[in-house]
This record gives sequence, C-alpha cells and structure tokens, in this order.
Amino acid sequence: MKLIPLVLANLRRHRLRTLLTTLGVSLAMFLFASLRSVVTTLNAGTEIASASRMVVQNANAIVFTLPMSYRARLAAVPGVTEVSWANWFGGQYGDGRVFFGQFAVDPESYFTMYPEIQVPPDQLDAFKHERTAAIVGKGLMDLFGWHVGQNVTLRGTIFPGDWVFTIRGVYTPSNKALDDRSFLFQYAYLDERTEHRIEPGWYTLKLSDPALAPQVAHTVDDMFRNSSAATKTGTEKAFNQSFVTMWGNVQFLMNSIGMAVVFAILMVTGNAMMMTARERTGEVAVLKTIGFTDRTLFVLVMMEAGLVTFTGAFIGLMGAKALYSSSGFNGFGFLPGFDVTTATLAIGFGITLVLALASGLVPALRAYRLPIVQALRHVE
Amino acid sequence: MKIPLVYNVRSIRQRPVSTAMTGLGIALVVAVFVAMLALANGFRAALVRSGSPDNVMVLRRGADSELSSGISRESARLIAADPRVAVDAQNRPLASPEVFVVINIPRAVGEGVNNVVARGVNEQAFPVRNIHITEGRTFRSGQSEIIIGEKIVPRFAHTALGDTLRFANRGWVVVGHFSAGGSALESEIWGENEQFMPVFRGEVFQSVIVRLKDRASFPEIKRTLEGDQRLTVQAQRESDFYRGQSTLLTNILTSLAIMITSIMAIGAIFGAVNTMYAAVSSRTSEIAVLLTLGFAPRSVMASFLVESAVIALLGGIAGGLLALPINGIVTSTTNWNSFSEVAFSFRVTPGLLLSGAIFAVVMGLVGGFFPAWRAARLQVVQALR
Repeated sequence: MKLIPLVLANLRRHRLRTLLTTLGVSLAMFLFASLRSVVTTLNAGTEIASASRMVVQNANAIVFTLPMSYRARLAAVPGVTEVSWANWFGGQYGDGRVFFGQFAVDPESYFTMYPEIQVPPDQLDAFKHERTAAIVGKGLMDLFGWHVGQNVTLRGTIFPGDWVFTIRGVYTPSNKALDDRSFLFQYAYLDERTEHRIEPGWYTLKLSDPALAPQVAHTVDDMFRNSSAATKTGTEKAFNQSFVTMWGNVQFLMNSIGMAVVFAILMVTGNAMMMTARERTGEVAVLKTIGFTDRTLFVLVMMEAGLVTFTGAFIGLMGAKALYSSSGFNGFGFLPGFDVTTATLAIGFGITLVLALASGLVPALRAYRLPIVQALRHVE
Repeated sequence: MKIPLVYNVRSIRQRPVSTAMTGLGIALVVAVFVAMLALANGFRAALVRSGSPDNVMVLRRGADSELSSGISRESARLIAADPRVAVDAQNRPLASPEVFVVINIPRAVGEGVNNVVARGVNEQAFPVRNIHITEGRTFRSGQSEIIIGEKIVPRFAHTALGDTLRFANRGWVVVGHFSAGGSALESEIWGENEQFMPVFRGEVFQSVIVRLKDRASFPEIKRTLEGDQRLTVQAQRESDFYRGQSTLLTNILTSLAIMITSIMAIGAIFGAVNTMYAAVSSRTSEIAVLLTLGFAPRSVMASFLVESAVIALLGGIAGGLLALPINGIVTSTTNWNSFSEVAFSFRVTPGLLLSGAIFAVVMGLVGGFFPAWRAARLQVVQALR
C-alpha cells in the first residue's frame, strides 16, 4: 500500500500517455461489452421461452400453413391444456422501411397463452369486440407516435390490398427481452377479408407439465405424418432458437472481432508500459541502490499496469452498461432488451486481468532483473 | 529541404519492438475492417449476380418477394406472349414461370434443419438464368428429380448425386449439381415446375422471369404488363429485384463494420500517438541538430508525419495479409426477404485492400500529427542544452 503514491507519481509523469492508454483500454472494453451483448441478447430471446409451451408448424417449412381442423385434434392430445394459433401477415406501413412483426391471432386464446404480453383488461375487452381492432406493442406505438383509437393502414404483401386497423390496446411485455414492437390483430378479420379460406401458420400448445414435451411432440407428429400437412412440433425454445441460427454464425463473428479488439489493445498498452520502463532504467537502478528490493520493483511496475488497465476497463465496461440501459438501445428493433449482463462484465474484468499481466510482465521482469552497476553506467 | 527517408528508416530500426507493436495494433484494426467489409461484399455480390438487367421479374402486384407472390397459369401465358420477350432457336419464348417455395432440409453437420429455396422451373430457365450443370445431368420432365446448387451441396445432407432427398411427402432423386456464377441461385434446389406445383402450393406460379430481346425495352414491357387489365402484376428488372433484397443486410453489415472499426481505430491512433511522442522525446537532441543544420521546421514535421504514416502503412499491409486468407471462405446467412439460407463467399477485393491501406495511413497521419507538431516547434537552444 505504501507504494501507491509512488505508482501515482509515476503515472503522472507522462500524463498524456497515461490518459491515452487508459482511454484505449476503455474503448476496447466498451467494444468487447457491446459485441458480447449482441450474442447474449440474441440468446436471451430463447432463454425466456416458456418450457410449458410448444409450437406446431408445417414439416415442409414455416411458410406453409396447417389446416384449421387440426385445432380440435391438437386440443385432444393428452397433456395439452390450451391451443392457440396465429398467422404471419407481412404488411408494410408507410414507406415500408421500418420492419415489424404483424400477427393475426385468436383473441380468446392468444392472451391467456402468452401471459407475458400484458394488456389492460378494458383494452383487451375492446379488442375482442371489434373485428378490425389491433393491439400494438409499446415500442412500436412510441416509434410511430401512434395513439389508442387511431386508424392505421397496412399494405399487405402476402394478403393483397390496404388493410385498415383501429388501435384499441397497447401491450407491454413483462420481460424486457420480449419484443415490444409487434402488431396483433384478429385472425377472423384476415380470414373474412381474404377471398379464399386461410389457414393458421402455426399452433401454440400449452402443456400441463413441461416434462410431457417430448411425448406430446411424438404424438402430434405421428398423428399427422401421413396427412396432407405433416407437422413438426418442438418446444418454444427450439422454435425461437431456429430464428437465431438463421442469422448465421453471429457468435463466431462477434467472438473473432472481440479477440482482435483485445489483441489490438494489448499491443497499445504493452507498448506504453515498455516505453515507460525503458525511460526509467536509471531510476530503477537508483531505487535499488537505496534499498528497494527486486520484488518491490517488480510489484511497482505490475501495479502501474494494473491501475491503468483496470481504470480503463472500469470506464469502458460500466460506461457500456450505463449507456445501453439508459438509451434503451435495441438494435433498430432486432435486439429487444439489449443489455450488458453481469457475466459479460465479469468476463471483461477477467480479460483485463490478463491484459494487465501480459502488458506489465516484460517490463516488470526487466526491472526485477536489472543489474545496478550496468544500469547506472548509462545515466548521464 | 526534405529530410531523407533513410533517417526515418534508421530511426525505426532503433526501436523495433515498439514500432512492431504499434504497427500490429493498426494491422488488427485493418484486418477487422477488411474482413467485415468482405463479408458485406460477398453477400451483396451473391445477390446482385443473381439478377441480370436483360431479364424482367414479374410478380403479383404488391408482393415484395417471390414468397408472397402468386401468378396464375393464364397470366404466365400472357406474359410470355409479349412481343418484347426474346425467343430461342425453336421460336419459343425465353420465359420461365417458376414455383418458389422454402423447405426445411436437414443439415450435413450437426442436427437441425434449415430453410432452403426450392424452385420449380421449366427448361427455359437455364438459358434465361445462365445456369450450368457441373455434375450429373438436369432433371427429366415428369420425373421426381432435382438438381442442387453447388454452394449448398456440402452444407446439407442427402445432396450427393444419386441420393434421395425427402420433402413434401415424396422422395426426390438428386441427378445433378449446378453453378450460377457465384450467385444466390447456387443456394437453391431446382426441379420441374409442373412437379413442384401440385405438391406445394397448388395451381399457381410465384413469378415469371422473361429475357428481353433488347434491354432498353424494359420501360415499355413494364408499362404494357402493369397496364394490362387481365393481369395484376408488377414488373421489375431482375437485377434491381435482387439488389433490393441485398440492401438491408448489406447496410447493416457495412454500418456495423464502420462503427466497430472506427472505435478500434481510435484506440490504435492513441497507440500511435504514444509511440510517436516517445520517438520525438527520445530524439530531442537529434531534432535540434537537424534544425541547427538548417532543416526547416516544416521538413522536421513532414519527416515525423511520414515516419508515422510508414509505420501505419506497414501495419495496414500486414492487416490486409492477415485478412486475405478469408477470401473465398463460404459462410451463410438468411435472406429475410425469401426467408431462406443464402451461402456466399467472403470477397476480399483489391479495392477493399486499397481502402484498408488508406485507412491505415490516415490512422498514422492522425496519430503522428501532434507529436510531429511538437518536434517542429522545438526550441533549439533548450533542446541542445
């Protein structure tokens, strides 16, 4: 502890260098936290999936529909307590530049199936009683500046024409990682306005016990195996995961960039520490002469490296945490609930420790081993 | 008078480790820069190459992709009969009414399935789309046979010649592999449209692609088709259609690349500033001597700037070399417009390497500016004391 004033004095000598090195570490750690948070946020979307829900989709691909008649047969499967269904609408609003999900849902079963989609009871009631009503996520309402009671026109791409909806309710997700930019409306409206009969895009099942999931999947898929629309049944988690993997290997991309960032900053800090040590050769010799031990000098250099890197990392990691949680950044709607997790912070500080050791070790060893006589010979 | 470059080169040699570390820091920034843009480049190239300005893509009006489109047999016949459509040697129109669906097929490695485009075409699709069979043969009319784009052959199971791939409750024999000039079409499965139609979406095509006799006649055919009372379609140049599909993801990747590398670049510039200040202060007396000898402060400044730029350039070249091996590596993502997997190669182009090198030099110049400024303003008397 006695050494701290000495470490601080040393750092103050090249103020600019200390400042730049610290900020360099901050930037690197900020970037690291951001990159890792992309991955953790994408995965959080699958973590929040309820274990007691399953999704039944067409075995050919999600773009194919399933007959409405499956509803009753699914409800009869042992272990299934509730059945709901929905369809993807795929409309565009305004110039179509902002992408958001639009779902035709069954008003009775959908909101009991997903208790995390929270709607005030009076608004839900109004929604159920009006064919053209819509319930919109809070994030989407704010994004477009919509208000309850407003008419909104979507241009259908799959279901042609202009579709006018009246916003009757706003939902807020109970979990931040859930999308708050969806647009929900009545399945019956879609069905009635479309010339041919439409079919659900997928069914959601609620199970009495999550442990029944494999058995239910088996029963359902066997039941429809030889029908016109074979099914693929999986847990909600697997369903969400399939969308995450569609982006490609994001994890690998982010990790590789993160590695490059850490190595680049190692070069900057390591270089700064080495330059500092080289300039102080004479001084180290003097300190040794007046009785500082080799070990003390080693510790002195390591402390200096540690102080710079940890200060920098603290600013960078905490800065990222504060910035993202206060700005409500959500990756333009692609990354709802973007957050720097505690695990990310812990890993960040772990990397900082390695950074401190790696950048301080060479100069510290140099100070440790420095022979006094030889070093003093160079002092003018 | 200019200070000779040899002076800088010898100075750099005096402190090789420090120089190397600064250069390497810059190299890593440039490597990330090149690699990320190569990714964006590769994706865009795969999609842009899928479309030709000579072709017209006809979709149902209001549809933003083939997936959401639908065109009846009657409409397809009317479109193909337009006089501006090119004809082959047998005087048949070069028009391809296509069935477009997305199917789940199992991956080659690991478990799980992924979405792949299955496109039902007629024989005219081959000349219209510039498709070449690389292995095996094309499918025979009336048979449950398919051919597979060569990019996805290694990525999915049951795609080798002679294998049977199961989808739509039927087994399909793989009889060929095809290439399409590196385009996104190489990530598709092709079969006969009359075979795909009944098993997937019924009596409807998703799109009609026609080859124009003259590419300049596009505005006319667009006006005719879209104005025809019997049709509810929209016509687009095929090249514009695919470019439109690539913009969203390309923009995301490019802005991500720029954001990440600018933050990294600031860190690398800090490193360069440190190095150059150290260089200036350790060479104080040398600089004073140079100034005494009559070199103008401007020359001293230029000399240090050049030194910094050269270190950075070397770093930039190293970074480019570091990123070069990823050229050609195949990766994949999803084309959200068609909801299907697109496999594509990273593309490191000479232009990209050049911008990486320029980026490095800019980092060097910015990082070297203030240290060089200090060197130029050195007080000779004080420095020589």
